Amino acid sequence: MNMEKLAASYRLEYDVKAKDYVRGGEVSSALRAVLKQLSLPPELVRRCCVACYEAEMNVIIHSLGGRLQIDIYPDRLVMVAEDSGPGIEDLDKAMEEGYSTAPEEAREMGFGAGMGLPNIKANTDRLVITTNPEGTRLIMEVLFVGKDS
Amino acid sequence: MVDANVRVRDFLENGFHLVAGDGGLENPIEGVYICDLLSWVMAKSKPKNAWITIQSHVNIVAVALMVEQSCIIVSEGVEVEREAVERANEEAMPILSFPGTSYEAAIKLYQLLSK
Repeated sequence: MNMEKLAASYRLEYDVKAKDYVRGGEVSSALRAVLKQLSLPPELVRRCCVACYEAEMNVIIHSLGGRLQIDIYPDRLVMVAEDSGPGIEDLDKAMEEGYSTAPEEAREMGFGAGMGLPNIKANTDRLVITTNPEGTRLIMEVLFVGKDS
Repeated sequence: MVDANVRVRDFLENGFHLVAGDGGLENPIEGVYICDLLSWVMAKSKPKNAWITIQSHVNIVAVALMVEQSCIIVSEGVEVEREAVERANEEAMPILSFPGTSYEAAIKLYQLLSK
């Protein structure tokens, strides 16, 4: 598979379970495998995968469960991470490096550095977050052309 | 100066013991990064680094793959969890064990990279 053959879009969809740390990284690993076949610059693959991994771990660590839907287009990647709550209480603070509400069990594993959302912001070209007690939705977009190519 | 020709294989028999991922022994090493916070590694570590950590669970393999680390070095003699070993073997991501501290591992690596 290469970009020329990727006529329309390629979709990856995964359910992500709450507290399932052992399977953390499965979605981003699958995404990495697909992107590597597209002969994208390694830096782009890295940005997509870091954003995906952080979104995936956020669902595992902070939510009651959710899903990731990833659409790969010839010119961009669009990822949607949705969960079923309890929402981000203070989104402004959550966007600050070092602020974390992760539970102790996650911190012991090296998560909860307060870098999740900042890492996503830094590695995407567009990030839209909507959150309320019923759930959080992240729309993340990485352009394959433009400033970093 | 970092010797661009140093590979994971060169660390073996220098106090580093291979635990998993022998498929990646020829990975080149251009630097070292030390951190136990996974998101910090994702944000800061450069590709082709040897990553030193005391974390030993399966997620370290995914993190190392995402940011193209050459290998993972688990210091302090911490036992690497079975799921991590299996995953590292599948992905050919070398995990090396080191009995000393992360600092002592870094000194060793500096010496090997500076030869």
